[in-house]
Amino acid sequence: MKITEKPVAFYPEFVRKSGPHKETTHYCPGCGHGNIHKMIAEAMVDLGINERTVFISPVGCSVFGYYYFDCGHMQAAHGRAPAVATGIKRANPEAIVISYQGDGDLAAIGTAETLHAANRGENITVFFVNNAIYGMTGGQMAPTTMIGQKTATTPRGRIESVHGNPIRVAEIIATLPAATYVERVAIGDSKHIMKARKAIRKALTNQVENRGYSFVEILSTCPTGWKMDGPDARDWLVEEMTKVFPLGVFKDESDHREGAWHRQVEPFDPAKRDAYLGAGEAEAKAEKLPLPAELHCKFAGFGGQGILTLGLFLAQVGMRAGLHASWIPSYGPEMRGGTANCSVNLSERRIGSPLVDKPNLLVVMNQPSLEAFAGDVVQGGTIIVDTSIVEKCPEYPGRRVVRIPATGIADEVGTPKVANVVLLGAICAATGAFPQAFVEQSLRETVKKKDLVDLNLAALRRGYEHVGDAG
Amino acid sequence: MNDSVQATAPFIEIDAELCKGCKLCIGVCPKGVIDISEKLNGSSYHPAYYLGRDCTGCALCFYACPEPAAIKVVKP
Repeated sequence: MKITEKPVAFYPEFVRKSGPHKETTHYCPGCGHGNIHKMIAEAMVDLGINERTVFISPVGCSVFGYYYFDCGHMQAAHGRAPAVATGIKRANPEAIVISYQGDGDLAAIGTAETLHAANRGENITVFFVNNAIYGMTGGQMAPTTMIGQKTATTPRGRIESVHGNPIRVAEIIATLPAATYVERVAIGDSKHIMKARKAIRKALTNQVENRGYSFVEILSTCPTGWKMDGPDARDWLVEEMTKVFPLGVFKDESDHREGAWHRQVEPFDPAKRDAYLGAGEAEAKAEKLPLPAELHCKFAGFGGQGILTLGLFLAQVGMRAGLHASWIPSYGPEMRGGTANCSVNLSERRIGSPLVDKPNLLVVMNQPSLEAFAGDVVQGGTIIVDTSIVEKCPEYPGRRVVRIPATGIADEVGTPKVANVVLLGAICAATGAFPQAFVEQSLRETVKKKDLVDLNLAALRRGYEHVGDAG
Repeated sequence: MNDSVQATAPFIEIDAELCKGCKLCIGVCPKGVIDISEKLNGSSYHPAYYLGRDCTGCALCFYACPEPAAIKVVKP
């Protein structure tokens, strides 16, 4: 007895899907995605690979691939599925990686990733579902929309001289030497569907046998976007789409690449990664300088004042002290004169997020920054203000305000450019974070131009002194 | 149709509640033994149903159907 039914590579119930219907897909009646999903699921079972398959969902109607397939999943940014697939495959060569993409995702925003993954001959399988329209967003013209085809954005039909021609992706991919297998199939009539089934299985088999990059373009339907019912849409696919997108095998070197794909990928080893990145060294250091309190800092000012460098420098001092440190900048497009800020965390424990929304230390070098961020500082926190530039600095109840004319002091030392180093001294003095000798040594080792070391040291000491005197 | 005939002849089962009434199975059935119901299902679709005879178990309807679990084909 032969029973043909829902393949077990589908979840028994689609529990991730919202709404009451957990056994049906979210696709419209007559949509081709369901057919293609079914044939992929069936092939996954027959090849015994569903336990090691990673399905990359694109942006588009098939964005919810993870509702349905009982395998690993990764969601990629729009068009980036082949790049994500590349990473997963290289890190886990045993994984069977499927990049499933529609025409908008693959042939518009993701054209570059598509071509380059094929051109590198990544050992992945790409299923390109081409229904000649943007379905999810409401039926707009896609790169593969046919001449004369009416869409939401081509209400009089696609015009060659205005919108260009439909892109034949399979033909383009077939020109790339590294691609192994390129075929275009359709899910029009039964013959087409059974051919598509065969192509899907072959493309996956190729990956299982390490034969390299396989690309199957599947002409599909969008009854909703095309404003047709299911059978009419299939007829239109067969009669019209196949004229512009001829079916067939455009390249097949599967037999010449058996089990000998050229790239020998080293298996992913977390320990090697950590060693490469230097992670773990901080923990290994026997001596950690104790930190009186975790620092969650915000540094803000105009671009060009050295405010980002100040944050970076504090983070580097923290790293030298064996602490966990993070630094993340935020700035506009201007190289000079725009506003800029950065967040710095210093902790004896691992840092979860580099973002700082509620700082316990705020350092500001202009008026707008003080006004923007002072309200975020937690009770008991410290606000350090460069009063050479910030004219109005009120009291903030529950917060300590340290006023220091940092830019003026820097100018006395030699140049206003070292105002940030004056502030570094003020920070370390105000928080008691690091011994002065340690910070001075860090500065000596960090300043690149050695003839500027003394200038920086002088600025740092003035910062320490100012806060100490006030203190 | 008695039980012994059912056990030897191929047949399909269509879950009326999982069918979206797209009619693709009807178009591909070489024997024309699937039709669309006049009744509505719980999702407001007119579901397809098997006429109850002459199925060859070819499973073309299964592959034409976009829904994972709406059609089951049994070929003894």
